[in-house]
Amino acid sequence: MDRMYLRRARNLVMSVMCMASAVVVIIPLVMILFYVAADGLRAINWGFFTNLPKPVGETGGGMANAIAGTFTMVTLATGLSLPVGLMAGIYLSEFGRGRLREAVRFLTDVLNGVPSIITGIFVYVLVVVAMGRYSALAGSVALGIIMIPIITRSTEEMLRMVPKSLREASLALGATEQQTVVKIVLRSASGGIVTGVMLAVARAAGETAPVLFTALNNRYWNQGLDQPIASLAVFIYTYGISPFEDWHSQAWGAALVLVVMVLFLNITARLVVRARQGR
Amino acid sequence: MAILEIVRIRRGKFRRPGWFAFLARCFGLLIAGLMVLIIWEVGRAAWLSIHTFGFSFFTSSRWDPVHDVFGALPFIYGTLASSLLALIIAVPLSLGIAIFLSEMAPPWLKDPVSFIVEILAAIPSVVYGLWGIFVLAPWLRDGVEDWLGNALGFLPFFQGPRSGIGLLTAGIILAIMILPTITAISREVLVAVPQSQREAMLALGGTRWETIVRVVLPYGRVGIFGAVMLGLGRAVGETMAVTMVIGNQPKISLSLFSPAYTMPSVIVNEFSEAVTQLHLSALMEIGLILFAITLLLNIVALLLVRRIGTVPVQGGRM
Amino acid sequence: MLHGMKVRDLNAWYNDNHVLKNINLHLMGGKITALIGPSGCGKSTFIRCLNRMHEVIRGGRVRGEVWLEGENIYGRRVDAVMIRRRIGMVFQKPNPFPTMSILENAVSGVCLHESLNTNGLAERAEEALRQAALWEEVKYRLDDPAVSLSGGQQQRLCIARALAVKPEVLLMDEPCSALDPASTLRIEELMAELKKTYTVIIVTHNMQQAARVADHTAFVYQGEVVEDGPTSEIFTAPKDPRTEGYITGRFG
Repeated sequence: MDRMYLRRARNLVMSVMCMASAVVVIIPLVMILFYVAADGLRAINWGFFTNLPKPVGETGGGMANAIAGTFTMVTLATGLSLPVGLMAGIYLSEFGRGRLREAVRFLTDVLNGVPSIITGIFVYVLVVVAMGRYSALAGSVALGIIMIPIITRSTEEMLRMVPKSLREASLALGATEQQTVVKIVLRSASGGIVTGVMLAVARAAGETAPVLFTALNNRYWNQGLDQPIASLAVFIYTYGISPFEDWHSQAWGAALVLVVMVLFLNITARLVVRARQGR
Repeated sequence: MAILEIVRIRRGKFRRPGWFAFLARCFGLLIAGLMVLIIWEVGRAAWLSIHTFGFSFFTSSRWDPVHDVFGALPFIYGTLASSLLALIIAVPLSLGIAIFLSEMAPPWLKDPVSFIVEILAAIPSVVYGLWGIFVLAPWLRDGVEDWLGNALGFLPFFQGPRSGIGLLTAGIILAIMILPTITAISREVLVAVPQSQREAMLALGGTRWETIVRVVLPYGRVGIFGAVMLGLGRAVGETMAVTMVIGNQPKISLSLFSPAYTMPSVIVNEFSEAVTQLHLSALMEIGLILFAITLLLNIVALLLVRRIGTVPVQGGRM
Repeated sequence: MLHGMKVRDLNAWYNDNHVLKNINLHLMGGKITALIGPSGCGKSTFIRCLNRMHEVIRGGRVRGEVWLEGENIYGRRVDAVMIRRRIGMVFQKPNPFPTMSILENAVSGVCLHESLNTNGLAERAEEALRQAALWEEVKYRLDDPAVSLSGGQQQRLCIARALAVKPEVLLMDEPCSALDPASTLRIEELMAELKKTYTVIIVTHNMQQAARVADHTAFVYQGEVVEDGPTSEIFTAPKDPRTEGYITGRFG
């Protein structure tokens, strides 16, 4: 039975290949995390978090303004995108009907797939050109647009997980649909919605391309929302492609800060979701 | 139940949807409006370039800001070449992982492996780029490219100087970045294949692998194709990581070792330095082309992926 | 002489559920044996143990012996894949492969085991489709997708698919439960033909069906074979009160 041996061998080899691909995928993750941690830790000290960037050659430069800038823009972007995403998610899950809902959901998914650089040039045309200069505000708008579809879809999914019996109980008590959604459904889904926002924040914090054309960069403390502003992501990019050893090291330091932040948000959000689903 | 019915009827007859529902709907439409606005604004900004160069924009490889002559061919080529390379690497790996997760892995192993793949998707693009420049590129230059050049140097893909910066590095970075997308969706597609289909093949005396290849994958082929399209959409639009490792030279070369330039990269590099209106508009047109490609890929992919589970089989489910 | 199967001390678990308890049964060659019993009694699990399909389900575990022609299919060095080739199976709901044509479905098992050329495969397909009484209905549309067939035709295609491999035993797990009465009748007629060439074992929840088609009947109740014997005896003179209770419709 030669044929059977061949079949068995092929089964074994291909099964092993599939397992191997699951192992292979660990390699880049471990390598990236290892280098970010190793090279990043070397660059980080207290001054790194409190000082402004210094010119090439001077030691002790930091990225305090970049951290503050990322924080400012992400906060503002959340403020802009949360109402839109939340309400659109509520629409998709609670009030939407028929084709219009399908269309809105589809366009939300499409918006999620739009390259962030396109969002960047769009906001450039819309805000930067209109204002006449790069600004923290424009950067926040760009990040906000990127966050909207993530918040919308996660809100929708979290609302859908609220059991029907809860809605019916509320309606049976004489509450209107509106009261039910706001007071019962939203409240019981609020934990899940927060995780969606965390994922959106994590994504926005790491975005570079759209910030580059909208908020640009700034080597000093931030001057105001209508002025260019620094951010961690742009800091990593400009320092990373610079020709100076010292700056490369600082780029790794910034990368470590960013990765820790992003992974913390992601892992927390996923654990929360998993716990909720397990219930 | 009866009370509920009364409430429903009362609501239906006497209550019109409140202001809150109206507001929610407006925000839903706002998202739709945003999509239209993006297309309109980018299109308008690109109009000057479209008007000036017409179709030659796609066929000319002369990109000359000094003389205000622009052709996008090298960027289109670079984007397609790096993205295809990424697919060639990522698709088999992603399918392997998806098959492992859906057909082979014991339950306790599924969550950790999925988790690792998800984390890969969370790492910011610019961090991939940094890692690409300082770790991956030197490693490829000193190891892999030499080996490929010596072993397969007779092919045009593996000739020329080996710098570690170029299509190959960009393709590998892109592959890592799109792997989570393709894996996650393919896995869902495979999990949705009815158990009765697998059992049918096993009961005929098929091995596990034969069952996967002849039944499970064909059953999910539409969804898997959609997953690949979504991955391709990601790769085409990916900006920072590619810009940092691809070398940014508008050349069209078959060699994977050669530097190249992609559509997103040229926008990133030249956008803030574009002095003339035409230069800016040409960059906008590149953005528009990029947008059109990703839009097309995404729409096709979403339509395909949405069909998961609606493959017409009578009594297909156990 | 066609081979029968002997089941000795067969136990099966589903996770911690002991679903089959110490089953001993002789399934006669060249005959149709029906397994009847209330739903959830373990008859489906039992038939799946006969070609090692129970272990495919996560949490499925088997202990005991099942002998086919002097070979224990749960023996130490026995490959489940080879066993399933010799013992074909038809499932509750028709499960043709939707991506394949009628012809491709019919030969989907054969081409795993044998290297036949196109002609050989076509001949084998025709033979199997004739045996499954489907040939006349599909001979001009062999390249149509399998899902274009009606439910009853799909089930006969699944039977043909199993027969094309040339098994020794054919297991049928409630093959008519998803079909209309007319299709059911066709498949029952078909079974009478099939027992000339195969040992047939059928699970059914329909006592009339068992009475119509089976030579032997075994009554399974709460994971045990309560009683087995010639169909006429089981239905007219059951020895065990539980069998009698089931047959007279007092439970199940």
